Amino acid sequence: MIPISWYLLLSAILFCLGVVGFLIKRNLITVFMSIELMLNGVNLSFVAFAHQWNLVKGQIFVFFVMVVAAAEAAVGLAIIIAVFRARSTLAVDRIDLMKL
Amino acid sequence: MHLILFIVFAGLCLAGAVNLLLQSHPINSALSLVVVMSSLAVLYLLLGAEFLAIAQIIVYAGAIMVLFTFVVMLLNAGREERTFGSRAGKIIGFPAVAVLLGVIATVILKAKGLHGATLSDPITNTADLSKVLFSDLLLPFEVTSVLILIAILGAVALARAGSGDHPTNKDQFVGTPGERRVSK
Repeated sequence: MIPISWYLLLSAILFCLGVVGFLIKRNLITVFMSIELMLNGVNLSFVAFAHQWNLVKGQIFVFFVMVVAAAEAAVGLAIIIAVFRARSTLAVDRIDLMKL
Repeated sequence: MHLILFIVFAGLCLAGAVNLLLQSHPINSALSLVVVMSSLAVLYLLLGAEFLAIAQIIVYAGAIMVLFTFVVMLLNAGREERTFGSRAGKIIGFPAVAVLLGVIATVILKAKGLHGATLSDPITNTADLSKVLFSDLLLPFEVTSVLILIAILGAVALARAGSGDHPTNKDQFVGTPGERRVSK
């Protein structure tokens, strides 16, 4: 038998690794991947709690998070393509101006 | 059996996440993220969420990561460079993240009344899920379809050739005097 707290700890570690990636990565696409990692960490804790309380709605929330993540990935990557067209770079340090 | 599966796939998950941070090329990071998402799908199965496990593989490891690798290859993204910003992020960020992890771990480990998960636990099948989704939560479900539609339109509008593209001043110096010249 696995305690639920192990799953929760794993999700906390995944979330924190996502935060670390968001802070130290300097490539726009990798920063975006770190955000996906954070979303996955939170999803795992949702599923763990849904199992803990025997509730279906926790899993449905994860389903909605997936839908929003898909929409976010589509729009975010489109923005990245637009930024790359305008700036010809993906380094976040050089994309620090709103104005072209 | 459950313990072995948990340890193997949790380890795989963590290894993929750490590898995502260590790799300097975006395509390697993307492939590590695929490993993380696939092993998370197995963990969902262990927790009795079979629909989510399959959705995780199809939507995350399939659709979203294909989109990521596609964009990485389309933009021909190379190795990332180390700059002052990343050093500052390390110095300030790591203690903050350590504190965050410590607080969350303390809360989790002190929590009372958490059960355990076994392989013989009841599985939430797709029928149970859809009963709630299409009765109680019908309105949010329909709203997400509008959200997806808006996202499609936004993605097409943003990524369309010509938007955000100014060929006339592309080679000119843009930005403040301290900024480096944007190379083509």
